[in-house]
Amino acid sequence: MNHPEGRWSGLDNLLTRPGRFVGPGFEPGPELRDFLHDDCRILVVGAGGLGCELLKDLALSGFGSIDVIDMDTIDITNLNRQFLFRTADVGRSKAEVAAARTMQRVAGLTVTPHHAMIQDKGLDFYAQFHVIVLGLDSLEARRHMNAVACSFLSYNPDGTPDLATVKPLVDGGTEGLRGHARVLLPGVTPCFDCTLWLFPPQTKFPLCTIAETPRSPAHCIEYAKIILWPREHQDTAFDPDIEAHMHWMFARAQERAKEFGIQGVTLQLTQGVVKNIIPAIASTNAIVAASCALETLKLVTLASTGLDNYLMYSGVDGVYTLTTQYERDPACPVCSAGVPMTAPPTCTLRDLLGLLTLHPALGRLLREPSLSVGSVPLYARGVFEEETRPNLDRQLRELVTGPLVELTVNDKGLVAPLKVQLRLQVAEE
Amino acid sequence: MASAEAGSPSSSGAPTCSPARESRVRYDRGMRIWGAEGQDALERASVCLLHAGPTGAEALKNLVLGGIRSFTVVDGERVGPQDLGNNFMIDQDALGRPRAEVVTASLKELNEAVGGSYVVDEPAQLISSNPSFFHEYDLVIGAQLRCSDAAALDAVCRERGIPLILGRAYGLVGLVQVCVAEHCVVESKPDNTIEDLRLTEPWPELAEAAAQVDAGLLDDHVRGHVPYALLLIRAAAAWAATHGAPFPRTSAEKADFKEGLRSLQRCIEGVPVEEENITEAIANAHRVWSGSSAPTPELVRLFQDEACQHLRAGSSPFWICVAALSRFVASNAAGALPLEGNIPDMHAGSQEFLALQRLYRAKAEADAQEVEGLAHDVAGAAGASVSRVTSAYVRSVCKNARRLRVIRCPALHPDGLPVRTEPEKGGTDALRQALASEDATASTAAFSVLVPAADRYYRTHQRFPGSLHGSEVPEGEVSQLHAIAQGLLAESGISGVHLPEDATTELVRWGGAELHCVAAIIGSIASQEAIKLLTGQFVPLAGTLFYSTVHATSLLFA
Repeated sequence: MNHPEGRWSGLDNLLTRPGRFVGPGFEPGPELRDFLHDDCRILVVGAGGLGCELLKDLALSGFGSIDVIDMDTIDITNLNRQFLFRTADVGRSKAEVAAARTMQRVAGLTVTPHHAMIQDKGLDFYAQFHVIVLGLDSLEARRHMNAVACSFLSYNPDGTPDLATVKPLVDGGTEGLRGHARVLLPGVTPCFDCTLWLFPPQTKFPLCTIAETPRSPAHCIEYAKIILWPREHQDTAFDPDIEAHMHWMFARAQERAKEFGIQGVTLQLTQGVVKNIIPAIASTNAIVAASCALETLKLVTLASTGLDNYLMYSGVDGVYTLTTQYERDPACPVCSAGVPMTAPPTCTLRDLLGLLTLHPALGRLLREPSLSVGSVPLYARGVFEEETRPNLDRQLRELVTGPLVELTVNDKGLVAPLKVQLRLQVAEE
Repeated sequence: MASAEAGSPSSSGAPTCSPARESRVRYDRGMRIWGAEGQDALERASVCLLHAGPTGAEALKNLVLGGIRSFTVVDGERVGPQDLGNNFMIDQDALGRPRAEVVTASLKELNEAVGGSYVVDEPAQLISSNPSFFHEYDLVIGAQLRCSDAAALDAVCRERGIPLILGRAYGLVGLVQVCVAEHCVVESKPDNTIEDLRLTEPWPELAEAAAQVDAGLLDDHVRGHVPYALLLIRAAAAWAATHGAPFPRTSAEKADFKEGLRSLQRCIEGVPVEEENITEAIANAHRVWSGSSAPTPELVRLFQDEACQHLRAGSSPFWICVAALSRFVASNAAGALPLEGNIPDMHAGSQEFLALQRLYRAKAEADAQEVEGLAHDVAGAAGASVSRVTSAYVRSVCKNARRLRVIRCPALHPDGLPVRTEPEKGGTDALRQALASEDATASTAAFSVLVPAADRYYRTHQRFPGSLHGSEVPEGEVSQLHAIAQGLLAESGISGVHLPEDATTELVRWGGAELHCVAAIIGSIASQEAIKLLTGQFVPLAGTLFYSTVHATSLLFA
């Protein structure tokens, strides 16, 4: 490896000298830099606006081995911020181009691209990495990665998290001139599911407004998308990336607007509404990604105090930053030691399954749950269904020994099984 | 596809993609923030960068991606080993070549539409020997300038009215400074705005529209189509008639008022049927007592500003329009601003809603015409040119009257302390308070004094404290730096505050390194400020931002 003497001198000051504001157990020394370069494995999820910046920032923070996963290809509208891509790259794999460009610039670096969906990779893939850094733009993808990270977590008998099983996530997000960076240590800091309220629901228009009383350009566009498209194209799903589809949508939205005398349907607005486009620029992405990369460096080396646990940035009115220490949800279905539930010993297994699917936190994650205690199935879908079906009408006191039982809940929709701490207790009047 | 296009022959408003527009597809995600006008402004801008290290290179990278017209990089150094460890715009093959040349070439790769040139010269040298060099730029970014050079550049740019942004990354901390004598913003685009609906002071046409609702309320079908604004205007008028006050004030009165709205609901066998527009009216009832069409305190301050009170021949369109707004407010009995004309979506029939929207827009247009006339009057009286006071500009000012903003940044302190040089404007108070705080703010404030202290150390030693190789933090340099920092505070009259020794030791540990991530944060904040200054949209930082990545804490000194 060719490292001209003094190349990392700035970073060495941080890694080889003792400090006054450092993480617990920081051990300065040249071994830290070698560890970063030779042994530490980082995964960047997403090679878009944040992902491009993250690759650059991590590479220049001394990390020598980075993987990047993204299923997207490069679009012309990425070029205002995704600086690793050129006009001639349009249509190529983001992960592959981003990896190649970063390695071209930073000597001695290995970036391994994965042109794939995050759901295509199993837990064994994700287990390889010391830290997973997220450059995503959807809550759904974040929750998937959150479930992955939390699946590695186990708890000690005293209820504290087993720190050796904590898989850190660092997450960034931007919209316009605003953004956030956050550090998620499953079991220690809140996971995404502990703080779902941070993600406001999307605005949806009532169907009757769209169908009968449109008042705004967006209503006209939604009409074309939700009502007209399915009516006229039963066999073809709408694809916003197909130009003919988008022009059809725009023309129909314009007709609708004209019929009602509504002004302001433009192609730009039509694209914005049907693709749910989030405005994004280079500067905000760069601020957030660099913050995430620096926190990754701190997590791995402890060379400076780590972010605890959420940083928000807004450049709308001057510059405003706020660091918030969000708190865990002790009954979080994804990262806690188990969701606490109570049922009478006479409750049948069938009724317990009903309670699970109606549970306010668990219910949204489950459709057809299977249940087991340790490795013993109580009720399993699939090949063991017939064998375990008789249990459905048996009472819990016949199936398990209480008063406190740790149940494992599985479901096809889950990335990893969930835990329930079931207390068998006679219902209070 | 051909038939789909032929199906809309009458859509004259459809954008036919001219080559110029097509080339803007790549800027789509940014134009959704700053619009075509913002993009136009960027595409006119020529930017000069001093120092091509990572802080400056990252700042310029973001502007090149955004589509500025051209840039010039000024840097006197040759690429050395440390550039390969912190600057993405430089690769191994460039060792020994001029850094300005290498960074310029890499930046030009990012956007073929942007012109780039470079000058191999020491920035400090250029500032003192050839200040007129900067005159041709629309914006100057000074990266990694030590305090004295920054103050000198500020003086040069301030004199010519060239906006200057300074970015400095030092170890794990950094600062961004915006230096403009005055920057006026029409489109400040705050996150939340509440439309001015004139519910308690409707103009005659709006009052008439609300009065006509009475008949409609009898008909179940028609009633469900009435926009809530009209329901609220009607209810407020009834309240005023019976209570002798324009709107409810106490919480009991407010509850009564909402009850009155609820009673509009149709009942089937005594059970009220929920109707969306009435539910919206109840949810928006607060607009009746919290809405105001009077000037905001910020706007009143602008009316009283010297620049508004005494228009001159050289007054800007902004101040001419502010003076016209002030006249407009004084000339109507209600003291109201011109109507903005936007209304929120309301559950209503299409035609009922659109008719209401037209009513608001027509009134806004009439008010804007009046303001435009006043603008011409006041400009004429002051001997100012009205050629730049276009109809579109006046309309934009009227639409944003409650959100107009002016920032004025203090001249830089020659020793680099983040304090105002004028003691009467709060002087050193902010720094004193921050240093005395109990949390992470204290160490952040200490770093903000230690960075200028390190510059003073540099003046004596030609290097930053802790910058020599070694795995220990040199204690002698720590105590020297600490003494310099305490001296700086004393000279500025800040006494009796404790400068934590931990902060000094930590700063020396960093050895003045320009770490890539910190440089990227600082440079990118600088570029976002540049975009705000160039587009005239959003509100730039009015002074100094000091940011510490140690505790992810920022301090503002304005």
